[in-house]
Formats: sequence, structure tokens, C-alpha cells
Amino acid sequence: MTFRDIVPIIAVIALLAFVPVFVTANTVLNFLVFTLIIALTAQGWNILGGFGGQFSFGHAAFFGTGAYAAALLQVRLGINPWIAFAIGAMAGAAVGWMIGYLSFRSGLRGSYFALVTLAFAEVLRILANAATFTGGAAGVLIKLHVRPENFQFESRSAFFWIALALVGAVLVLTRWIERSRFGAQLVAVRENEAAAKALGVDTLRVKLGAITLSGAVTAAAGCLYAQYFLYVDANIAYGTWISVEAILAPIIGGLGTVFGPLVGAVALHGLGEVTKLAAGSVPGIDLMVFGVLLVVAVGFAPDGILGLLRRLRRSAQLSGAPRHA
Amino acid sequence: MMYSPAIIAEAVVNGLMTGAIYALIALGLTLVYGVLHIINFAHGALLTAAMFAVWAVHVAFGLDPYLAILPLTPLFFGLGYAVQRFVIGPASHGSDSNILLVTLGLSIAIENALLAGFRSDTRSLNTDYGFQVVELGPLLLSKPRLIGFGAAVLVTVLLWLLLSRTDTGKAIRAVAKEKLGASLVGIDVAHVYAVTFGLGCACLAVAACLLMPTFYVNPRIGQAFVLVAFTIVVLGGMGSIPGALLGGLFIGVVESLCGLFLGDSLGQIGIFLIFILVLLVRPTGMFGAKA
Repeated sequence: MTFRDIVPIIAVIALLAFVPVFVTANTVLNFLVFTLIIALTAQGWNILGGFGGQFSFGHAAFFGTGAYAAALLQVRLGINPWIAFAIGAMAGAAVGWMIGYLSFRSGLRGSYFALVTLAFAEVLRILANAATFTGGAAGVLIKLHVRPENFQFESRSAFFWIALALVGAVLVLTRWIERSRFGAQLVAVRENEAAAKALGVDTLRVKLGAITLSGAVTAAAGCLYAQYFLYVDANIAYGTWISVEAILAPIIGGLGTVFGPLVGAVALHGLGEVTKLAAGSVPGIDLMVFGVLLVVAVGFAPDGILGLLRRLRRSAQLSGAPRHA
Repeated sequence: MMYSPAIIAEAVVNGLMTGAIYALIALGLTLVYGVLHIINFAHGALLTAAMFAVWAVHVAFGLDPYLAILPLTPLFFGLGYAVQRFVIGPASHGSDSNILLVTLGLSIAIENALLAGFRSDTRSLNTDYGFQVVELGPLLLSKPRLIGFGAAVLVTVLLWLLLSRTDTGKAIRAVAKEKLGASLVGIDVAHVYAVTFGLGCACLAVAACLLMPTFYVNPRIGQAFVLVAFTIVVLGGMGSIPGALLGGLFIGVVESLCGLFLGDSLGQIGIFLIFILVLLVRPTGMFGAKA
């Protein structure tokens, strides 16, 4: 990876960093922070699903672990929220490694892998909902104590910048994966696992690396969620909604690309807000549109928005030139 | 904790009755898997749609849920046929992971369309037989659930007969075994796929009609059932019809006993642990022949 590889990332993040200077409405900032949290969740999924081709249907397992770890460590044990945040991300990595070890060792892939991840997330949801130290069905409330050392801020812009910095860091991480030997092996596993193995790629190790990184990133998003909303319960943290969000954004944006999850999250939630404005208070209408979009994207735009843009640019370059039959 | 044998026996029998309905739901899933080799994530949402259909025809026309089997089964067969033929088939370009995503998208769309249409309220039916019981020795059994049990077993047998005795069944089994060979001898594979998917949805319509006298419906209800159905399908062996029936009954009993010993909130955990264990240790299930 050279400096030139990360220039577009720096440019995009720097541009986005100016948004709170112009936009100060709390509702808009809320929307932006939430969208960035979703983008981060999806970036985690994209490492495993986009580059590695292993479609997890249970990324809630990591998101929830991060959210609960961040909340419980500070509420129950009085640990500093910043440290809790770091531990939360590591806990996500550990859960990722564990789920990966169990399922990849058993040779699960494709639909089977999707099912087993879904089941792990459900087990965690039921446990978190029933255990007493997680607060059970009532959830955990993080005490409001607005101080920077408590990871709580007066202004929403501060949160926006932190979320943006994390998204930026993962963009760089993803770019590194794309350029590295590890990334090449990961893509080889996605394209043809048997062939990759025959060429000497340690496929188990590569997949484990991907799911561990993926778990850490998605758990970080969960920590951020807990810290921003100061509340976690089992259906938020381990609910299927977040697993679905994690899948949707990369596919709509561009599967296995660096910017795909961010573009997808912004596009989806921007569209979601527009639909909500248009449809009024009808619940579920935005998600209904997401579902239809997923079908349409898989059917007609398998490379997502970024793929469509690339196709447009290419046809613009080729216009005038004779077309091949 | 000690429970009297009568309570345990009742839990087992109740579990068997619930399990038969689970089996019926799993039957549709396993049939689609056995032939199309896809996991239909929209199965739960389609079940929810069927349950709302039962509720709607009852409210609108006063149609008894058991009589609703007659119009709804062909309706859902047609719906399933169309969904596979015109949505899943064309959109997935034959790739497994695409099918997974397309059915996930369908399930999100259907579930939230129902949420937009019916809101998140929970609805149930009022029938005069909803709370009737049948005395069987020392056990008191709910009459509608007993009917559900009988009907679910009957449908399983009918489906098995359809697959083993009719030409359509032969074509379905041929496509399941060897897609290319089947198309070479003149079987319309896309048609058979759609018929199979339609049959899976027809199973759901029957299950919905049997469930509604004792159960309730809301837009999210399908999720709970579909995870149980996945477990049954994996346990019984993907694609195996007797496996789905036995797996369903077994899971029904496990859920009932876990609920008795662990309480309702932890009751379902037994199911998921079995699910994960089977997937990790023996993903071909008890009756699955091939990996």
C-alpha cells in the first residue's frame, strides 16, 4: 500500500468532516451519526462477506457483543468508557474468531455458514435477554455524565467526528487488505476455495483472520451505538435488524470494494428518510423499499452503486467508439 | 425440581402437537431445499403472509380457518409458483449466494409490507372451538391442536404420495437428482422449480390455517417459526421428508420440555443449541444422504 492508495480516502473523509460546520440541526446530525454507525457495521461485514465471500447472516453477534461489553464494563465494573470501547472491539474479535473456528473447522460454507451465524446471534440474543447481569429484558442504561473522558459530549458533532474517524480508519484498513497478500488470498478463497487450497493458501487461517477483523470492526460499531444512545437491550444489540443492515449496505454500495459499505449506508438511509417523508408515519415502508432494492440489486446491479458508476464512466469513455457485438 | 409424570407427559404430548405444525412448515422448506438446493429465507415471511390471509378471510367473509384451507392452498401454490418463476429464478442468475440474498430481500419486503398494511398489532381469531378440550385418559388436550396434529401428519403423507406416485413427483425427483439429465429428457426445469416452490408455499398455507385457531399473528411472527423450521430441516437432513416430520416432532418436544424446565424465556435456547451442534457435527442431519 502506497500513499497514493489512501489519497481518495483522505479526501472523502476530509470533505465529510466539514459537514457539521454547515449542518447544525440535531435531527440531521443524529441521522448522520446513525448512518456512520451502520456504515461501520457494514464495513466489518464487507471484510468477511465482500472480500472473503463468506455471507454471515448473524453479524448482530458482533455488534451486540461490542454494545454490551461497552455498556456493562462501565456500568457494572466502573471501567473507563474509552477503555471499555477498546475491550468491546477486542471482545468482538474474540467472538468472531470463536464462531469462525467452530464453523470453518467443520467446513461450513454458503447457506450453512449463513444459518450457523444466524443461530449464534439468536443464542446470544436469548441469553442476553434472560441473564440478570445484562439487565435482562429491561436492558442496560448508561448513566448520563457528559464529559469527554466519559466518551460523552456536549455536541453531537464530536460524536460525528469520532464515528467518521473510525469509518476512515476502517477504509484505510480495507484498502490495506485489498493491496496485501492476505487480501489476495482472501479473494482467492472467495473465487475458488479448492483452487486456493491447491495453490498452498492456508484457507482456514485466511478465513479466520477475516472473521476476526470483521468481528472487531462490527463490534466497534456496536460500542459506538451504546455510547451514543446510552442504552442497550437484547433486541437492539443482538436483533436481526442489524445483521440485515450489515448485509444490505455493502451489497447496495458495492460488494468487496473499499467504499461500498459507506456509499451503500448513505444511499440506503438517505433513501429511507425520503421514503419516510413521502409515506408519513406508515411503519416499515422504508425497510420494504430496502428489501425490494436488495432483490433488484442482486438481479440487475450485482456490483452495486459503485459498479453502476464504473459502468457509466466506461460507456461515457467508449461513446463514439464502435460497439462490439 | 421435580415434576409429576402427568405434567411431563402433558408437556411431551403438547410438544408433539406443536411439533407436527413445525414439521409442516419445515416440510415446505426441506422440499425446496431438496430440489432447488437453496435455503429459502423468505419462508417465514410467506408464513406470516399466509396467517394474515387466514385472518383476513375470517374477518371479511366469516370463513372458518379450517375451511380457508380450500381457497388458500391453491392461492399460495400459485403465489409461490409466480415468485420462483418470475422473481427468484431470473434475479439470482443461478448462483447460490444470490438466491440466499434474493430470498432475504423478499423476506424483508414481505414482512415490512405486512407491517405497513397491518401495523404491529397482534391479532387472533375467535372461534367457538378455540378453547375446547378432549379428554384422553389423564390428559386434557386442546381440540384444535389435536386437529392440527392429525392434519399435519395427513398432509405429510399426501405430499410423500405426490412425490413418489405421480408423474409430477417423478419429474421433481428427477430434477432434484440430476438437473441437466432431467432437462435432456425433456423436463422443463424452470417449471419444476416453480412447482416445487409452489408446493412449499402450499404447505405454509395449510400450516397457517391449522395454526390460527390457537395462535396469533403479527408481522414478525414468521421469524420465530422459520428459525425453528431451519433447525428441523437441518436436523432431519436437508431435503428429507420423513426427516422433516420426525425432526419437527422431536423439536416440538424439546421446546416444550425446555420451556417446562428452563422457563419460557430460555425455552427456545435448547432448539438453537441443537441447531448449532447439528450444523457443526453432522450437517447432513439424521436422514440426509449426501453432504
